[in-house]
Parts: sequence; C-alpha cells; structure tokens
Amino acid sequence: MATAAHDAPAPPAEAERRGLQIVPRAGIPFAAAAIVGVIVAVALDSHWALNFFHVAGGGAWTTLDLFLGFVLGPIMGRLSLPARIELSMRLMPKLVLLIPTLVTLTLASGFQLAHDFGFLDSSYPRHGYIVASFVVVAIMAVIAIGYLEPANLAVLFELRKPQPDGEVIQKLMRRFLYTAGVTGALQVATLVIMTRLPT
Amino acid sequence: MSDAGAAVRPADIPRPPIWELGVAALVLVVVSVVYLASYIPGKPNTIPAYVLLAAASALVVAQLVLIGGLEHFSRRSFHQVGGWALVAYVVIGGMIEYVFLRNDTRGEELALLTWGLALFVVDVPLILGFSVARFQAADG
Repeated sequence: MATAAHDAPAPPAEAERRGLQIVPRAGIPFAAAAIVGVIVAVALDSHWALNFFHVAGGGAWTTLDLFLGFVLGPIMGRLSLPARIELSMRLMPKLVLLIPTLVTLTLASGFQLAHDFGFLDSSYPRHGYIVASFVVVAIMAVIAIGYLEPANLAVLFELRKPQPDGEVIQKLMRRFLYTAGVTGALQVATLVIMTRLPT
Repeated sequence: MSDAGAAVRPADIPRPPIWELGVAALVLVVVSVVYLASYIPGKPNTIPAYVLLAAASALVVAQLVLIGGLEHFSRRSFHQVGGWALVAYVVIGGMIEYVFLRNDTRGEELALLTWGLALFVVDVPLILGFSVARFQAADG
C-alpha cells in the first residue's frame, strides 16, 4: 500500500503550477545582452563577432532542435500526462526565451556575413544554396511561429489554471512534439546547405 | 456573458479561422521576403511581392475584424499575451530592419521589405494572443 502510494506519479503542486513564470525573468538580461552584442557586431561589421554569433547561435539552435525533435520529443511522447506536465513546466518557459533569441542571433549575423562575403549576390556561383537556405529557414520560421510557439504558450497558460484541462494540454503537446520533429528534420537540411557553401 | 457561453469549455467554443488566417498571412509575408531577398542586389519584378503583401494585409485586417467580433472570449488574456509578444516582435523586427538598412537596401525593395516586416510584427502577436486566449475562460 505504502509502495503503491510512493510509486504513483504525483501531479505538480497547484501552488507550483500557478507560480509558473511563462518567461523566466532571470534569463531576460542574458537574452538582452546577446541581442545587444549582435547589434554591436553588425554596427562594427566585426567578422569575428559576426562569425561567433552565427556559429554559436546556429550551432545551439540546430542542436536544440535536433535534440527536441529526435531525442526528447519521442521520450515525452511516451511519458504519462503528469510526467509530461512536470517536464513541460520546467522546459517550456526556457524555450520561450531561448529559441527566439538564438534564431534572432543566428539570422541577423548570418545575413550580415552573407552580405559581406557576397553570398547574397545572385552572381555568386552557389547562390542556389543561399536561396535554399532562405526557403528552409522560412519553413522553420512558419512552423516555429505558427505552430510551436502558440502551442508552447497555450500549454503554459493552461498549466497555470487552478484546474488545467488535460485534454487541451495533450492536444497541444502532440502538436509541439510533431512540429519539433519536423524542425529537427529541416535542421538536417540546413546542415547540408551550410556545409556545401564554403566547399 | 450568456449562460450558454459560461457552461461550455473554452476549448469547445467554435471559433472562426483566426489562427489559420494568421498562419496564411505569415506564409505570404515569408514568401514575399524570400522572393525579394533571393534577387539581391538585382532588381526583381516587384509585382508578385505587392500581390503577396496586399493579400497578407487583407488577412491581417480580417483577423482583427474577426477577433473584434468574438463573443465569450478572454480579451484580457489576448491583450496580455498579444501585448508582450508585440513588444518582443517590435525588437526582433527592428533588428531585421536595422540589418536591411545597414546593408544599403534602399528604395522600393526597402519599402516592400519594411511592409512585410510590419505585417510580421503585427501578425505574430495576433496568432500568439488568440492561441492562448481561445483556451481561457471569458472575462467575467
């Protein structure tokens, strides 16, 4: 009896859920510093700094998408609802801040570098790869902004209710898991394109 | 609020296709930006970009009208999420515009890219605000 009670998955405490921060305030200064950093890099046209933001931001974004899509996503799909809720409460607020910041750093610095190196010029021999990267990023942006982010935010707001609607949470998390898989696959396409450019 | 509206779960209240319109507008904006950016520094035929952006503008206006007419809807949640998202996307949009200006994008291309960016900055908060508010209890 005692063992059964011990083994049962306990849902997160209501007080913990209701105190959930949709956007973790502690992370905002770091995100702001990174954004200011990339603005300074663009203003100074520092190739080292632009490369740093593009490689570090893009590497982190790609890794995160691949990890969410192909590692954590399938694991979350097999968890019980209380376990999924518990994991989501801790993971999703971080993603709300982290992903848009990484995307902004990567794209702003990448566009500037591509301009400086002449990759944007339609006469560049591998311009087709650049256009392909625009298309892949565009699809990822639509998926992230149109599907993933709304589902993420709606789940977090649902969790803060006194009585969250389990059906709504499951439906939205299913959407989150599928789209994370699709963006993971698109990140593989990005890796192929980016490694084709300098060779 | 009527009793019928109060008794139904927010998720079960039928809504007009506001989210679908928002995603469609986003797709049109993104296609127009990719089309324009793929011709840099050449001058593309701008008619397709005008058509795409005009259609996206119509979809954003349609969203605003439909949201304005919603009943049993949590406007407080919509304004809270949409407002903060607007702040965030003004920053993101401002950065993208800055990069365009920094790279000497000028004239008609800049005007079209700025138009697309403005639609993006308005459209995303509408999508996010509506997506959250549709699952919240209506303001009492």
